[in-house]
Amino acid sequence: MTQQLRTDEIRKDFPLLDTTVYGRKLVYLDNAATTQKPLQVLQTIEDYYKRYNSNVHRGVHYLSQEATEAYEAARKTVAAYLNARHTHEIIFTRGTTESINLVAATFGKSRLQQGDSIVISAMEHHSNIVPWQMVCEEKGATLKVIPMDHSGVLQLERLPELLDDTVKLLAITYVSNSLGTVNPIREIIAQAHAQDIPVLLDAAQAVQHMPVDVQELDVDFLAFSGHKIYGPTGIGVLYGKEKYLDSMPPWQGGGDMIKTVTFEKTVYNELPYKFEAGTPDMAGAIGLAAALDYVAGIGLVSIQQAEHELLQYAISMLAEFEGIRFIGTAPHRSGAVSFLLDGMHPFDTGELLDKQGIAVRTGHHCTQPVMDFFGIPGTVRASFAFYNTKDEIDMLAAGLKKAIAVLR
Amino acid sequence: MTIQEKQDEIIDDFSVFSDWMDKYEYIVQLGKELPLIDERYKTDDHLIRGCQSRVWLHADYKDGLIHFTADSDAVITKGLISMVIRVLSGHTPREIMDAEIYFVDAIGLTSHLSPTRSNGLLSMLKQIKAYALALHVQKNSGAAT
Repeated sequence: MTQQLRTDEIRKDFPLLDTTVYGRKLVYLDNAATTQKPLQVLQTIEDYYKRYNSNVHRGVHYLSQEATEAYEAARKTVAAYLNARHTHEIIFTRGTTESINLVAATFGKSRLQQGDSIVISAMEHHSNIVPWQMVCEEKGATLKVIPMDHSGVLQLERLPELLDDTVKLLAITYVSNSLGTVNPIREIIAQAHAQDIPVLLDAAQAVQHMPVDVQELDVDFLAFSGHKIYGPTGIGVLYGKEKYLDSMPPWQGGGDMIKTVTFEKTVYNELPYKFEAGTPDMAGAIGLAAALDYVAGIGLVSIQQAEHELLQYAISMLAEFEGIRFIGTAPHRSGAVSFLLDGMHPFDTGELLDKQGIAVRTGHHCTQPVMDFFGIPGTVRASFAFYNTKDEIDMLAAGLKKAIAVLR
Repeated sequence: MTIQEKQDEIIDDFSVFSDWMDKYEYIVQLGKELPLIDERYKTDDHLIRGCQSRVWLHADYKDGLIHFTADSDAVITKGLISMVIRVLSGHTPREIMDAEIYFVDAIGLTSHLSPTRSNGLLSMLKQIKAYALALHVQKNSGAAT
């Protein structure tokens, strides 16, 4: 059973939502870029620094043990959130980008050879394009792209021909950050696995919007960022199946990732520490766990339902505008709506919304190939979180009307 | 009018608006007065880097004075260039190089423009001064031969 969310109560947890900008009430609709943080997360971080800040995994002293326990408990929380089989399959990183770079630099470099290929999709964020381009260039491998149609839906009928025996990995986004498309990830994973190709899922726009179970999906790698799921910035997660992580060489060298070091030879530490060189972001990891607990407390199914209603309401309100063009009209969407208004540059629209206190994102959203595909300079993107309200979408519509009056 | 007088005039024009939406409406209006760049100059060579919207700028040098024409695909940007050009067009390279641009701050635009927009405005001013410097050097070396 899902429950109707008490948005008015929930908003009290997010102090920033009470802000005014230019003397107007803030309407924050840029949640796909980053989300606001609940008091529960802020207090957890403050508490960490006030009560038990200490370096992990090293000290024999009381505080170090307390910090280590909290850091490792955070890893357990992440593992439970994703339903990972093992806690050591969770690697803390700086974010989705670093997680993908880690896989590209270790799995990619150790497995790719001249003539091999990596498959991505036409709607990837630059973070899921550039790391693969870099390793492909180094190894003489090629990057292949699953095409999409003009509604922003992947053309899966093209997938079988792409998945030939040169493919060493398929890296794909679960939810498109610029189009909002939710990809049929189960089918894609099944097709890849049928050819023994492992799959990396960019879940940066997914884990905050819908239940994601790595065992049920049978995905091999999954990356997400803490700051997009109500946690702090600078912390992210790489999930990897034990069999892959174990076989991968380490990435960065340094403290914590070693067992023994002599000048002749270093023996690397076991999972997950092998991939966590240097002092980790303890406060970030603990803050992220608090965010995941918060989200789980509200319930992802309720969140999914509330956000679906917000998105549908926004689409129906925007559809009323003359000369509106939606960029991305996939039947299955989540989180964000991208659009353009006839004769109005997205940058101008965004600026005039901003002056009315409405925060949206304009530009290419780090998906330049998507913008090129649609032949546009960028879009205006409104993206939603469960703390947003229909009133705020009404304000977006009213703000757009004013912007049109000035610009057209 | 001197560059300074033209800036003061713009500051005066803006002083009647208290609401930001009114200021923007006026900026958009000013964009319509922009001396448009000839279509044949709308090439990558004339694009100014550092703007989220596209801006083309061209300089003409006649009788010792520089005249600018420009265009943009965004109307607020167009209004901003229009003001900059109104201030700096029709002056000597030396005057443009030495000009201190204060009207943008004075009408409160720098603090209200989004950072990408004010960066774009800075790139635009930089490009205009670069044109002036290039023409200044050209003129002086021409005089020496």
